[in-house]
Amino acid sequence: MGRTLFEKIWNNHLVKTIPGGPDVIYIDKHFIHEVTSPQAFAGIEKRGFKIFRPKQVVATADHNVPTINQHLPIRDMLSRLQVDQLIANCNTHGIELYGLGHPFQGIVHVIGPELGITQPGMTIVCGDSHTSTHGAFGSIAFGIGTSEVEMVFASQCVLQSRPKVMRININGELNKGVVSKDIILYIISKITASGATGYFVEYAGSAIRAQSMEARMTICNMSIEMGARGGMIAPDETTFNYIKGRTFAPQGEEWDKKLNEWKQLQTDDDAVFDKEINIDAADIEPMITYGTNPGLGIAINGLIPTAESIPDEGERKNIIKALEYMGLQQGKTLLGMPVQNIFIGSCTNSRIEDLRLVAGVVKGKKKSEHVKVMIVPGSQQVAAQIKAEGLDKVFEEAGFEVRQAGCSACLGMNEDKIPAGEYCISTSNRNFEGRQGAGARTLLASPLTAAASAITGVVTDVRTLLN
Amino acid sequence: MEPIKTIHSRFVPLPLENVDTDQIIPARFLKATTREGFGKNLFRDWRYLDNDDTNPKKDFVLNRPEYEGKILVAGKNFGCGSSREHAAWAILDHGFTVVVSSFFADIFKGNSLNNGVLPVQVSDEFLQKIFNQDNQSTLTVDLENQKIIIDNTGEEETFDINNYKKNCLLNGYDDIDYLVSIKEDIEKFENQTL
Repeated sequence: MGRTLFEKIWNNHLVKTIPGGPDVIYIDKHFIHEVTSPQAFAGIEKRGFKIFRPKQVVATADHNVPTINQHLPIRDMLSRLQVDQLIANCNTHGIELYGLGHPFQGIVHVIGPELGITQPGMTIVCGDSHTSTHGAFGSIAFGIGTSEVEMVFASQCVLQSRPKVMRININGELNKGVVSKDIILYIISKITASGATGYFVEYAGSAIRAQSMEARMTICNMSIEMGARGGMIAPDETTFNYIKGRTFAPQGEEWDKKLNEWKQLQTDDDAVFDKEINIDAADIEPMITYGTNPGLGIAINGLIPTAESIPDEGERKNIIKALEYMGLQQGKTLLGMPVQNIFIGSCTNSRIEDLRLVAGVVKGKKKSEHVKVMIVPGSQQVAAQIKAEGLDKVFEEAGFEVRQAGCSACLGMNEDKIPAGEYCISTSNRNFEGRQGAGARTLLASPLTAAASAITGVVTDVRTLLN
Repeated sequence: MEPIKTIHSRFVPLPLENVDTDQIIPARFLKATTREGFGKNLFRDWRYLDNDDTNPKKDFVLNRPEYEGKILVAGKNFGCGSSREHAAWAILDHGFTVVVSSFFADIFKGNSLNNGVLPVQVSDEFLQKIFNQDNQSTLTVDLENQKIIIDNTGEEETFDINNYKKNCLLNGYDDIDYLVSIKEDIEKFENQTL
């Protein structure tokens, strides 16, 4: 019987299997950031260990950094201590750090791919659930806890039970105004926020093949939002063209050798998945969430479900509670509802293509005076690119606030927060209660929807603005 | 890590589904560089009004003195969302050593096991039976025999845990002890494949 892409990479990294227990999996690349690493450094120091393979670890500061005045000391003392601790730990242990002020600094899941560190066939971990992003290159990439960060420091391995495998096939042509964010929000709305728990997901089909690398990253990024350990897409010419020539991509003969290896990374035709789902791309419309988990999403021109239409009692209670928090009503449309904030950024949608999409909608227009719009490039390199392309001017003329690289208002940790009770159309990945700040109400959507709504000040179907 | 064998305790019910780790501990409390002290911010925004820890929400279960115990019982898909291990640390620091639910998110489950918090997955029916008990009722969680018992009624259910993790918890070992013990295998793997 044939093997899946997942099985091939997993088996290539299997050091040993513990009888009745998990597998020992070798890790090629370990990304770290300031929030989930300090306790792991303290742990190995307490045990008197050194980092086993420091050259396979790459660090950046992203979660806890301000996105204005990054040249000044961080004002919040606890945040500053945490970022300083990362610098000290990386110095002590000989780890490459792309910290504040470094031209490679940025959100960990943006910089890995853009620097060419993320490559097909690798195993990649990071103490961050959105590590699944890197699976877009045909790698096994997943988020781990801090104890596991410590394990990788100590041994370059993690202990993992082998997950089941699911394939989601999306075939056909996407509708106008529908982008990769809509694809993944649609999938999660269909299979729920826990529907892929215990699985590793491979995305396949003609609609996936047609996506750019950055669009594929958006899809894999949100795999965790349906409970999956990770998501992946088999590499193809799009992948190879993206990687070629990047800072840490293989060069010369090494490139040719790697390319041959990478071309083998496909699921065999006769491989069997534990679960398989088929989706027609034409069924997907621009999506938006109305609730407090990413599975509670609807087509932007659809209606919020009524409680009585939901058969499962638990799910019915969840929706009633979510709508109460969100201040929304069953059976109503979201179109035309005023919003106070737009956040364009995060490891889901802060790459250059995302920002080009936004610029395409807002060029020559002004934002509604009722909304505050934050646009936060995912890395210093993306920030430099928007300047080089003149997009920063487009955004500034539209009245958007262009900030510096970081996780920003995705998670309500750094200075960028959404005020309690206010609505925010966000290109990020989570709409949990309080995620963007205590009491904040998040509506997840694509960069196109965020851009269109920034212009009108109300929830807007971008198709009404596209010619 | 403290070994876990048998836990016999009253329980704290949280009959909500999809409790994500942002609710267990909001990101703004993740700025510490040690593992201790997160318990005071466990369920912070459900527990206090206006982000003010002198102003508890009286009806939230952690603020109701009639509920106490080492066992937290919650609805399905507990611990979804962010991989922050701080969620497991906050639960442990507050005094819980067992979390019971009918479904756990993967990363949270792993983080719990790595910190001496035992996730016990039961059926939806059994979970409902626990929720139907009064606040003086006790549960017994027997890790050796992989059983959870509602002491009042004697009803019981078995739960799954892999043997390796079970032995770690029973003995208070952790994975790093194991991984360091197989370093030769890891180096051999590197030499053969890299």
